[in-house]
Amino acid sequence: MENPLHHFELHTLVPIRIGGLDLSITQGVVMMWLAVAAAFAVLFFPAARLKLVPGRRQSLVEMAVVFLRDMSVELIGKKGPVFLPLLAALFFFVLFCNLLGLIPGTFTATSQIFVTGALAVTAYFVSVGVGLKYHGLHYFKIFAPTGTPSWLVPLMVPIEVISHLARPLSLALRLFANMTAGHTILAVLFSLTVSLGIALGWLPFGFTVAIYLLEFAVAFIQAYIFTILTTVYIGDAVHLH
Amino acid sequence: MEAGAAAFIGMGLAALGFAGAGIGIGLIFSKMIESVARQPAAEGKLGKYVWIGFALVETTALYGLVVAFIIMGSR
Repeated sequence: MENPLHHFELHTLVPIRIGGLDLSITQGVVMMWLAVAAAFAVLFFPAARLKLVPGRRQSLVEMAVVFLRDMSVELIGKKGPVFLPLLAALFFFVLFCNLLGLIPGTFTATSQIFVTGALAVTAYFVSVGVGLKYHGLHYFKIFAPTGTPSWLVPLMVPIEVISHLARPLSLALRLFANMTAGHTILAVLFSLTVSLGIALGWLPFGFTVAIYLLEFAVAFIQAYIFTILTTVYIGDAVHLH
Repeated sequence: MEAGAAAFIGMGLAALGFAGAGIGIGLIFSKMIESVARQPAAEGKLGKYVWIGFALVETTALYGLVVAFIIMGSR
């Protein structure tokens, strides 16, 4: 049986090395460009010709953006829409990376830890930066919430610091592991289909179709979860719990 | 026992983490359905927290997957 993790390997298309840094163009980078292009095509063209009575495509985009705006207002408060550009960019980029990866033969950019890691670190530093901007050094009070008994503080602070630092890690790992796991299952089922032949191969193939539909839902759910957790972290920084 | 065999056993054991996530996700959605059955108007509000909780629970299982990848890499 072929190694089901084989299709996550990156292949260098255009080697670029600057100093010790490997900045080569791999198929992951190409898929990210395609995701940006797809998001641009879907979002920009309806927005360029805004109509008072929206057409089909404009209402779809409006629905998504209004959904994200309401989420940011509910979780961050009045300042929520300030962060809408960041949240919408994260949502649509992750969503289009996930969806483009589902097309057979393509590569899922979000199944690479470097992509999700970069997104998660960005989200994390935005939340820390927002906290420092709005509260200055008072921001560090989140490590010992008001009302904590003084004898608990030496215990609370390390726990809170660790849980705070685990945020970008869990954000990155969740998206990476979800995408990797889903595509690995698909690869295993496909290789079973091939190895069982026509007599029994239809059975795993049927499962492949079901898992494919599930992966389609997961692509949306994971993009939504990534965005909502970023919103929650920014909301935490704005409100100090 | 060979080290390679132990690595495979360890990778298999890492999959046990999914049992806990299965229980957790089951609890989350059963409570969600129960709450919506009692108070249908609360669905919009609850949905957000359900997905946050689902994400947090699911991550614990996926850490197991990452552990398996780490073992596979160091094998």
